[in-house]
Amino acid sequence: MIRRISAIAAVTWTELVRLKVFYFIIIFALLVIGNSFFLARFSFEEEFQMLKDIALGAMSIFSALLAILASATLLPKDIEDRTIYTILAKPVSRFEYLLGKLAGVFSLVAFAVFLMGAVFAVVLVLRTQIVLHSTSVELAALPAAELQAALQKIRDAGHDPSLLAAGLVILFKAWLLAAMTVFISTFATSTIFTTITAFAAYFIGHLQATAREYWMAGGDVGPAAKIILALVALVFPDLQAFNLVDGVVTGTPIPPEVLFKTVALGCGYIAVYTALAAAVFQTREL
Amino acid sequence: MNRTATRIAVAAGLIVFGLARLPIERSLETAQKTAFLRAEPLNLGLRDQLGQLSYAAALSGFRSLVAAFLWIEAHTAWEQTAWGRMAGLFRTVTSLQPRSLVYWDLSSWHMAWNAAIAAYQNPKEPSEFLRRRAEREYHLLGKEFLEQGIANNPERYLLHERLGVLLRDKLSDHLGAAEAFEKAASMEGAPPYVKRLGAYELATVEGREQEAYDKLKSIYDLGPDERKPRVLSLLHELEQKLNIPAEQRHVPVDTE
Repeated sequence: MIRRISAIAAVTWTELVRLKVFYFIIIFALLVIGNSFFLARFSFEEEFQMLKDIALGAMSIFSALLAILASATLLPKDIEDRTIYTILAKPVSRFEYLLGKLAGVFSLVAFAVFLMGAVFAVVLVLRTQIVLHSTSVELAALPAAELQAALQKIRDAGHDPSLLAAGLVILFKAWLLAAMTVFISTFATSTIFTTITAFAAYFIGHLQATAREYWMAGGDVGPAAKIILALVALVFPDLQAFNLVDGVVTGTPIPPEVLFKTVALGCGYIAVYTALAAAVFQTREL
Repeated sequence: MNRTATRIAVAAGLIVFGLARLPIERSLETAQKTAFLRAEPLNLGLRDQLGQLSYAAALSGFRSLVAAFLWIEAHTAWEQTAWGRMAGLFRTVTSLQPRSLVYWDLSSWHMAWNAAIAAYQNPKEPSEFLRRRAEREYHLLGKEFLEQGIANNPERYLLHERLGVLLRDKLSDHLGAAEAFEKAASMEGAPPYVKRLGAYELATVEGREQEAYDKLKSIYDLGPDERKPRVLSLLHELEQKLNIPAEQRHVPVDTE
């Protein structure tokens, strides 16, 4: 079973790479590197803050776009090209096929997030080193203790272990979106419908927590609105739970238990969306 | 199972999963809020300030990205010395990223220092009274940024320290400055000089000499590293003012 799933995953990976999806990494690199030169005229606190804002924000955008767009094409394209019939004619179950496709997208998204993270880390480390060097030259006349304190401040602003945790949460959010999009594509009739629905779910997912709290609080809400709020709260994922970047860029650390719970919730979503996708796909007429 | 039955079962599964995850999501939301990792939802007032596109982007989880671009815009406004526009942009940026100390700190600094001086030196305003009043308004605006920043970051020392500096240097409120420095010094991560700054300010407040003396004494007792020239001079000054007996003095009389 593992061999069959990994074979499908490898083919999916190759197909997606052939679509030249990694070109966006060049745009990301240009954005981060270009910005780092532009931001050099700010104070180092501002520079690092905005570099993190822009790089992590771009990582979120690109990973979400990649996850949704790559997943939306998986099933419809195979059905359109009729390759799905060749695959399912072999001793491959529909569940294995679906898992293989998802594994292919997951590995592609993981690789993309890793690449973006690496570009960001290199730029951040380089900028930190440049600022450290220029500060040591400028403040050379200061007493050693004061100079060290100033340099430590720069190191603290530049190096933040929570950035790694933020990258992990971005990855799980992208995986969740990929699983959700594949689930949508199992009952959708076209790629466009899948893509539009997935993006709509993406936007609504960021408001799910607000809808949930209004629904739970009761308050001054009519019955029709209450039903809509309940549906939003129950059907859509809480994507704000995976939006920890805003806090991390301000220097707020992610406590391990919060990181663990967030990742566990992500795993729960992925497992349920995959199971539901498998259930729908099992009875789909091909 | 036929397709319709499957779809009904899947819809039911989705709802059941929704119900099952409700308490988990709520508890996670509370944990994230406690750790200051989840900001409050955006208010509708921000929509007018941000424009539809940026508001939609901020709603979609890109608050920090929108804030960064607006900060760059504010920097351009600074180069054009458009102080009013800067203040508006700073309000928006700090609303989007209320946990960013850099944004609160620099917003306050731009207003209380740069904008205030520009207002005082405004060549188009001949009345010194009006220029002074405009200057003071910017000082107060800078203070307002810091106070709002403190309300959003109650556990971090930096903005308390900055408030102390602003009260000391711009509003001549030495008691307020002493209290702000004292508050900052009591927080985790505050460097030792913040405590000294609080004691220095308290020493200038009429009627609080004994309290200032006690604080300076406790700083002196921390060891030689803390016995800075200003600590010694203020101790000496207060020992004389409070008529401390010679044998209890920290600074010998002959250093006068």
